[in-house]
Amino acid sequence: MTQHSPHDPASRTGAQIMCEALVREGVEVMFGIPGGAIMPFYHAMWEYRDRLRHVLCRHEQGAGHAAEGYARASGRVGVCVATSGPGATNLVTPIADAFMDSTPMVILTGQVGSHLLGTDAFQETDFTGITIPITKHSYLVTDAAELPRVFREAFYLASSGRRGPVVIDVTKDAQQARVIPDWEPEMELPGYAPRADGESRSIAQAARLLTNAQRPLIMAGNGVIMSGAHGALLALAERTGTPVVTTLHGLGAFPDDHPLALGMPGMHGWVHANRAIQECDVLVNVGGRFDDRVTGKASTFAPRARVIHIDIDPSEIGKLIPVTVGIVGDARRVLEAMTRLIPERRHDAWVAHIREMQATHQPRQAYMRRPDTSALMPHDVFDGLNAALHARGPYRVVTDVGQHQMWTAQLLDWRRPRTLITSGGAGTMGFAVPAALGAAIAAPDETIWVVVGDGGFQMTNQEIATIRQEGITNIKIAVVNNGYLGMVRQWQELFEQRRYSGTPLSGPDFAKLAEAYGAMGLTVTHAGQVDDAIDTAYATPDVVVIDFRVEREVNVFPMVPQGKSIGEMITDQPAA
Amino acid sequence: MQHTLIAVMQDRPGVLNRAVSLFRRRGFNIDSLAVASTEVPGLSRMTVVVNRDDVTQVVQQLQRLVDIVSVQDVTFDRAVAQEMCLVRVGPPGSRLAEILGLAREFDARVVDASPSAMVLAIMDAPATISAFLERVQRFGIEEITRSGRIAMSMTTPARGARPSPNASAASASTAADSFQAQADGFADEEAA
Repeated sequence: MTQHSPHDPASRTGAQIMCEALVREGVEVMFGIPGGAIMPFYHAMWEYRDRLRHVLCRHEQGAGHAAEGYARASGRVGVCVATSGPGATNLVTPIADAFMDSTPMVILTGQVGSHLLGTDAFQETDFTGITIPITKHSYLVTDAAELPRVFREAFYLASSGRRGPVVIDVTKDAQQARVIPDWEPEMELPGYAPRADGESRSIAQAARLLTNAQRPLIMAGNGVIMSGAHGALLALAERTGTPVVTTLHGLGAFPDDHPLALGMPGMHGWVHANRAIQECDVLVNVGGRFDDRVTGKASTFAPRARVIHIDIDPSEIGKLIPVTVGIVGDARRVLEAMTRLIPERRHDAWVAHIREMQATHQPRQAYMRRPDTSALMPHDVFDGLNAALHARGPYRVVTDVGQHQMWTAQLLDWRRPRTLITSGGAGTMGFAVPAALGAAIAAPDETIWVVVGDGGFQMTNQEIATIRQEGITNIKIAVVNNGYLGMVRQWQELFEQRRYSGTPLSGPDFAKLAEAYGAMGLTVTHAGQVDDAIDTAYATPDVVVIDFRVEREVNVFPMVPQGKSIGEMITDQPAA
Repeated sequence: MQHTLIAVMQDRPGVLNRAVSLFRRRGFNIDSLAVASTEVPGLSRMTVVVNRDDVTQVVQQLQRLVDIVSVQDVTFDRAVAQEMCLVRVGPPGSRLAEILGLAREFDARVVDASPSAMVLAIMDAPATISAFLERVQRFGIEEITRSGRIAMSMTTPARGARPSPNASAASASTAADSFQAQADGFADEEAA
């Protein structure tokens, strides 16, 4: 039993216990900013500085996104730290982002002393209250003796079942109190039992449906990547001859150069991918949650399909799309179990039919065709980047949110899981630069490409200072600069009579800004300069920012207008 | 229609807030809510009544909360639902015998009385309480406090049990059936 024994040599402060617990959980890095209520933790952290790396970010939002980027790149739990009040509230956006995208994260925040709780004390906010709707779970700790159990539970919750963010809010007095820690705490989670193995009867049902399908289709989502199910997915697809569409967060779960790969469906997905969904007779959604950006108008989605939905979270099944078979379980285990039950199948005619639609409706080359202009087109940038990525060493691509994000998803070839790190569900602008910081620490030997718009870049580019201070050199930043909040402008052009309200955007000279941070800055204004700039970025052993000044009013196509069926796509620029 | 849900949850600060927050997020108005401790130390039981045709999703999202041990929709189960009500009427005066007669009829009790007021208590099914209150009306109701419904199923829920529709046939043809198949699966595993 834990004793409150301040004079016992085995006693530790709450802050020391927090550090020790992080070490025991295998944490190697955390991202944060100190402040009054979290100072005891920073005081103790000094004793652990050879085991726990702390990265001082420039804004708590940056710290949160960095923890997300680290988690998404590594598959481990990302950790961020902030003080009470404004420090904590600045983390709300990354926490909401992590919750939407099921990113495993533990958030440590200081809280005012327990005797001050609820008194509107300096820098007090009810942080566990604020974060209830956007966390998987949260703790307000007022007793240091609870810390070993709370940390153990928090890391277990964040990294099991459907991953997600867990907040640990620790009062200042709990950080300062001395107790003898109990390092064999019992977890007290009677209501939590994530199931990994799907229910065998449902798996058998699903296997029968897929075996008898004439036009089967697999839709692979984030869950495939989270559970490391890409190998199992490949095996099932090949065994059954089933083509595969990959959602935004599923990109990389199935190699784009595979004969069964159809690419991304949804609002900015390919026409043939969406048509395949509308025509298939059995749809296997593995690890995706039928986001409205994928389904379009839900009542018209996959009208001919019997739907099999595999998800670790029971509350996702049947939430938006009626299912014929719902399987609650880990994607890898369920796919492996299904594959064992299914005989070999081929669907050559079906796949050929989809390829025909692909050739007729949306040849990718035609989409990339430049109009009659010498200006730099966004597609020149992505073409150059795609060639470089696959010619050179291992890479990750971290995007922000908007037009550049959709071009990244469409125009780069995705071949390996965890190579695309992006904000999907929440659509958080400002995600890219700090998330790349986290990814660069998780993958120090790879090239981390940031693709970001000029809008999002101006939200969080201060984290370049953090990147520089940490001596990180493997980050290359491509700013797709069109002087607009481009995706909003696109909607205004297409649906709001070109009323560009609040979307034209100026900025500093990004190359000079990069130099001000001590990084290298390049400016590209013509298609012919793209490859040279990318080569220079690779040749420079430091952070490089390339300001790609692209044609200003280029739209992302194909596009499903909001609220429409994915069968109704705008495939090209409407005639003016 | 009204659904009656019973949730067993950890007895900790903030748990009720989390649970209620789910209803708020979905824009559900809660018709009644009653929470108190249970036969197991550390666990409390909540009875929620909401007026919605489909509560499947909110039940599953409640179940997802880490602190919630089990959730049952007992709307279609064999379950008892009771409510307690306190009602204060003005000076009984000459109608005292009449009031006492009504109380006897409904099995209500006089829990306090003075020359200026009288408090009656009744515990019964919500519809019976409403009927009782209608009859009390003519004695001049000054104040009513109803506890909200508490309910108990005639069967014990399995730990982590899913909402379970009543039909027992499982087929692969409809969404509802597949939920049933799933629910059966859970039940099988829990029993094993």
